[in-house]
Amino acid sequence: MNATVQHAAKPPRKPTNETTLRHFGYNQKLAPYVFVAPFIFTFLLFFLYPMISTVIMSFQNILPNQVEFIGLRNYINLNDPIFFKALSLNLRYTFFTLLILIPMPMLLAVLLDSKLMRARNFYRSTLFIPALTSVVVAGTIFRLIFGEMPGSLMNQLVVLFGAKPIKWLKLADTSFIALIMLATWRWTGVNILYFLAGLQNIPRELYESAEIDGANAWQRFTRIVFPMLKPVTIYVLTISIYGGMAMFTESYMIFSGNRSPNNIGITIVGYLYRKAFEENNMGYGSAIGLALLLIVMIVNVIQLYLNGTIRREKKV
Amino acid sequence: MKSRKRIVSLLLVLLFTVLAAIVLVPLYAIVLASFKPATEVLRKGLNLSIDWPVMSMDNYRFLFSGTEGYFQWFGNSVLLTVVQTICTLLVSAFVGYGFAVYDFKGKNLIFTCVLLVMMVPLEIIILPLFQLFMGIKATLGITLIDSFAGIILPFIAQAMPIFFFRQYMSGLPHEFVDAGRVDGCSEYGIYFRIMMPLAIPSFAAMGILIGMNSWNGFLWPLIVIRSQSKMTLPLGLASLLSPYGNNYSVLLAGSVMAIIPVLILFVCFQRYFIEGMTAGGVKG
Repeated sequence: MNATVQHAAKPPRKPTNETTLRHFGYNQKLAPYVFVAPFIFTFLLFFLYPMISTVIMSFQNILPNQVEFIGLRNYINLNDPIFFKALSLNLRYTFFTLLILIPMPMLLAVLLDSKLMRARNFYRSTLFIPALTSVVVAGTIFRLIFGEMPGSLMNQLVVLFGAKPIKWLKLADTSFIALIMLATWRWTGVNILYFLAGLQNIPRELYESAEIDGANAWQRFTRIVFPMLKPVTIYVLTISIYGGMAMFTESYMIFSGNRSPNNIGITIVGYLYRKAFEENNMGYGSAIGLALLLIVMIVNVIQLYLNGTIRREKKV
Repeated sequence: MKSRKRIVSLLLVLLFTVLAAIVLVPLYAIVLASFKPATEVLRKGLNLSIDWPVMSMDNYRFLFSGTEGYFQWFGNSVLLTVVQTICTLLVSAFVGYGFAVYDFKGKNLIFTCVLLVMMVPLEIIILPLFQLFMGIKATLGITLIDSFAGIILPFIAQAMPIFFFRQYMSGLPHEFVDAGRVDGCSEYGIYFRIMMPLAIPSFAAMGILIGMNSWNGFLWPLIVIRSQSKMTLPLGLASLLSPYGNNYSVLLAGSVMAIIPVLILFVCFQRYFIEGMTAGGVKG
């Protein structure tokens, strides 16, 4: 008797469950929020909350058992010779990597794209190979190539040109050369790829009509290729500024750790790491991080303004 | 005219051959060094001289004897790369689809947040994120520090892949969604059975980009991972590059061994590597 009652009672319950489930699955209003939920969740928890907390921490002095509000003192303390050393290194690094890693790969991409080039894909792939190595492995190689012993590759070269072996990584200028060469080695191939992709987007007809009009190679480059590559160039410029200002691992590997003689290799992120994690000064570390954010933003806004991206967007 | 073209063509090939040779020199140097005794490399530095009498397989033999935990790091890196790539791809494509197909209240605001994340250098988040992990451990008892979950979780819904998948999936024919609805498929069924399989070609390129970043990742793992046994390959190798150089045999042979699997994958899947590396640039 009981069993039949249960049997009779069960069927209507099951469909209700199913309909709510079906409702959920077919609800077109709800679905988009379910799809973007993972982003919203990670954004709030792992981005917005940390950002807010780092802003708050930057006004605090954080000790194991007490937190003290100290106003702008962390920011005032940024007037610190080592911080300026780090800032200067990242600025110079960004400047020189841009100076090399935009014109040279652009030119090489144009040459690779030329009709007269043979075995294009082979050379493109070979030049890309350094990008496959991690900064750690590449840094190890360059640290050893720039060794101070007379037998290291760079010193052999120097001796070949009649100079004396150099203690590359003990001096500010020569260790900076090592950093720039490491960046050039790892990124030339990648930037060539970006510019090659940009070149594919130029309609062939443009070249043909230019040829009919009697434009020479130089005119074709300055009047067609360069303007048409502008969007890719701006993209490369923007990400290179981010990469350059936040450069850390390269220096960490070249100097085998976060300590370099007389801080010649200190980077902004390296200084943040030192203050926050090695010296446990979370407040000052936060101030360094936010200063970095501000500087990157300013540099990029200036860059985007100068090349017209921001102005154009405002008009549209 | 024809002979002039031939000369230009020859000069171009010559130029790129020289460049390719220069680019390969550092790799050649490390491969060469991996066959030399560590003390020799420490004393003389890295160079291109081939010195048959001192060259041997000893560094590799020592590496494969497994005393230094190298293969544990290697295994950790493989595991982390595979899990992180799969998770990040699945989650980011899922989110990207939501932005591509639906119109909903708050869409612009949420998408602005995606762009905002792309504009902030990751290096800044690391400090407060670590603090958050400490807080989570203290209050909820969940350990994210010194775990792979801690490396993966904060970046599982990555802005760049989301942006990429949104672009790609808005290009897919919307009629499939309508057809799926008419045939009684649920919203999620439409995604998993129709739209996601259609987007699979874009997974390869993005997967390679995410995988490369994961395999080479350094700063965030450096902060999250505490114990020697959980170190990834870059962390382990970096720890060997001490000024005292007591482990250069493992460092030299290990560096070569770290490049080889990526190189093999590159040779096999070149097209996807190139698509992945340029995905951000052209579409954006």
